[in-house]
Amino acid sequence: MTPTSLNESLMTPTNVAAVTEPIDDRADAPAEVVFAVRDGAVDYGPNRAVDGVTLDIASREITAIIGPSGCGKSTFLRCLNRMNDFIPGAKVSGAINYYGEDLYGPKVDAAEVRRRIGMVFQRPNPFPKSIFDNVAYGPRINRYQGDLPELVESALTRAALWDEVKDKLKKSAFALSGGQQQRLCIARALAVSPDVILMDEPCSALDPIATSRIEDLMVALKRDYTIVIVTHNMQQAARVSDRTAFFTTDVDESGGRTGRLVEFDRTNTIFTSPSDSRTEGYITGRFG
Amino acid sequence: MTAVFPRPSITQSTASPWRRTKSALMTSALALALVVAAVPLVLIIAYVLAKGWSSVTTPGWFSGDIPILSRSEGPGMGPAITGTLMITGAATAMAVPLGLLGGIYLNEYSAGSRYGKVIRFFADVMTGVPSIVMGLFVFVIWVLSFGLSAFAGALALGCLMLPIVIRTSEEMLKLVPSELRESAYALGGRKAGTIIRVVLPAAAPGIISGALLAVARAAGETAPLIFTIGFVNQANTSLFNDPNTALSTQIFKNANSVFPGPVARAWGAALTLIGIVFVFTILARIASALLARKHQP
Amino acid sequence: MTAVAAPPTLAGSPRPPGLVTDRVVRVVVFVAGALVLVILALIAYTMINRALPAFRSEGWSYFTSDVWDPARSKYGTLAFTFGTVLVSGIALVLAVPVSVGIALFTTEVAPRWLRKPVTYLVDLLAAVPSVVFGLWGLLVLAPTLPGFYQGWHDLFSGVPLLGSLFDGEPIAQRTFMTAGIVLAIMITPIITSVARETFATVPQSLKDAAHALGATRWEMIRAAVLPHSRGGLTAGILIGLGRALGETIAVALVIGSSPQISAKLFGSGDAAASVIALQWGEASDGTYRAALIGLGVVLFAVTLIVGVVARAIVARTDRHAGGSA
Repeated sequence: MTPTSLNESLMTPTNVAAVTEPIDDRADAPAEVVFAVRDGAVDYGPNRAVDGVTLDIASREITAIIGPSGCGKSTFLRCLNRMNDFIPGAKVSGAINYYGEDLYGPKVDAAEVRRRIGMVFQRPNPFPKSIFDNVAYGPRINRYQGDLPELVESALTRAALWDEVKDKLKKSAFALSGGQQQRLCIARALAVSPDVILMDEPCSALDPIATSRIEDLMVALKRDYTIVIVTHNMQQAARVSDRTAFFTTDVDESGGRTGRLVEFDRTNTIFTSPSDSRTEGYITGRFG
Repeated sequence: MTAVFPRPSITQSTASPWRRTKSALMTSALALALVVAAVPLVLIIAYVLAKGWSSVTTPGWFSGDIPILSRSEGPGMGPAITGTLMITGAATAMAVPLGLLGGIYLNEYSAGSRYGKVIRFFADVMTGVPSIVMGLFVFVIWVLSFGLSAFAGALALGCLMLPIVIRTSEEMLKLVPSELRESAYALGGRKAGTIIRVVLPAAAPGIISGALLAVARAAGETAPLIFTIGFVNQANTSLFNDPNTALSTQIFKNANSVFPGPVARAWGAALTLIGIVFVFTILARIASALLARKHQP
Repeated sequence: MTAVAAPPTLAGSPRPPGLVTDRVVRVVVFVAGALVLVILALIAYTMINRALPAFRSEGWSYFTSDVWDPARSKYGTLAFTFGTVLVSGIALVLAVPVSVGIALFTTEVAPRWLRKPVTYLVDLLAAVPSVVFGLWGLLVLAPTLPGFYQGWHDLFSGVPLLGSLFDGEPIAQRTFMTAGIVLAIMITPIITSVARETFATVPQSLKDAAHALGATRWEMIRAAVLPHSRGGLTAGILIGLGRALGETIAVALVIGSSPQISAKLFGSGDAAASVIALQWGEASDGTYRAALIGLGVVLFAVTLIVGVVARAIVARTDRHAGGSA
């Protein structure tokens, strides 16, 4: 299928069953696809919150999801690790595949999904336990048999926090600053050896210095992990991500809001020569 | 251009003297209400202390048997103290775990569902059921078949405590922020494990304090025990066999006596009982303060 | 890169950790929750069952007759109903103003440092066991009150209605009034607690509006706090009423045990819950016991209804307050 234009290759609807077919044939298309989403949608009761999402998330890259507030970015992100299971009345439809397997298949163990696809939240939320116990929580509940202190140290090192806390592992996690707590949450997620780390606006509660430290951390982590980040900060997306997905909100007659994927491409392209006028409007600040 | 309202200097209040006086009077009345409530409390504690002190400090009060000839003077209340502690302890052992599990069910497993709403509603309503009804109930379902015993009393007290523990546990669990649970799920945790390892520790101070308050209330109850435990003069440490006695029922029995001996014992028992109840109430406050300081933002 | 051995696929992982515990806990907590319904149903069923002999032998006169004569197997409970209502009424009349006053004082008047101690004080009052209230009421309060009652009686002796109200025929130590006073002290903490929570939810903007118009403190309370709190206060009063109706022991010790219907506050009487406690020991034959259990059934039903109504009012006011918030 040779695309005649960039737009066509991305906007052509594909057969939902044939999810092994990549949607992007260009030379810089993802070599390895972690998430293949075809027509993904989320309903909260009668209201369609997110609709028509089709994209591939590449391995060992940072994919950013941007868009105005309320356009379903976080809702879509939570589909990727089945966190929407906890919202009563939420229904996920379409095909969402993880390394070729249907994420919502009947035999899938959702807890295992969440171990392999970790998540960092908007506000740092360490457990009311010590720093060590926070990082050790994940391995413990997954019955880790090996050397726990070594694992905790390795996770804290990878989260660029080890030097700052190595002498106070037994202290309460709340003794740390906001930025440190967020890195602790990242270390906590790393400790269970995930393949993917989902980040839901991880820096929005932090000051600029803490934010830039976490952005450096993200770039370092992408060597070993696949990262998907939702952010309302366009500059952040431009700085750190390899590919960017732009969502927008459609409001129907009765006032119900539905989030839709407008454009998905390499970050450079999105920010310098976007294909859709809505994307262009958002990134030049005309709305949102 | 005349102003619509006269403009005196702002150092004079426009509120008429009567309005200000009325406000001051009513405010004083409110303070008076507090005094009206405080006076009985002070009086009761003072009288119980004054009249019960001599009984409690008589040697043999805590260990001695209750005199068989009830009109005789002198100590002790040993069996009643043992009975109160045993029965309250057994009731706590039954009601607190079950109540906690029920509270977990209400907040963690059935938060929005209709079935959960029904249970919550009836748990609330059950907290208002008079204690005497619980006593009659246990009489009918247990004592008629198995006789009077400490366990029967514990059953009745447990029924009283259960809805209280359920509701306070639920309220405390509700206060745990949902992001905490989500972080645990995002690490691959399951519901039960997350509740045990993350939610319960976070809610523990409030839950423990609520349970201790329920225990304090149960220790002071009389009506449920009248129908379920009977009376003895010697300490009975068996939970399931034979009648037993408790401080509250002893006070009730002796209060009406015309002889000074039993009345003195009643005052002493009242002092002992208030002591036990206050200890639990204070423990509840200490528990929630201590545990709350550990690992809190 | 994996330090934790991960199974290759998501589906069909061998013995996922924690799955069994999860399923077991799910069942256990459900049973614990259902226990409440089971117990309530059992109470209703077993007690009605046991009380039936009395209902059958008396028919409707169980409720309407005021002749309670166990020796002649006559069980009419009207006097007890009357006594319960009278004593609870006295308690509410005395307790509600005091409780609302304390709650208003705590939330609107008291300086910040005073609030916690006052709350502790009221909680302490709630912690005193009812039997201790009864003991104190019987041995300390009751003997000192008749002089006081006599004073009231003399004050009103000529007045038509009030004269016979404030009478005892004779003025006794154990009276409706004494029981009502003791009961009032006992239900004050719970009404205060509900009232305090209600007043705490009055939005500051409402109070600010009154202040901004130059209202004095008391005028602000009348304009903003009290009207907003109508629902919550009603619920609090009903909850207090429920406790008063069911309070057995303290009332039993000071009410006097005389089954008569007479609106004489300073005379002796009887209340339903107390009767059960006081006469249980003498109840030897089946019908006597059944009659007493029947009183328990009535108490159960009445307090259930009062509780349901109180909860319904709370739910309604919550919805209104939530809408306007």
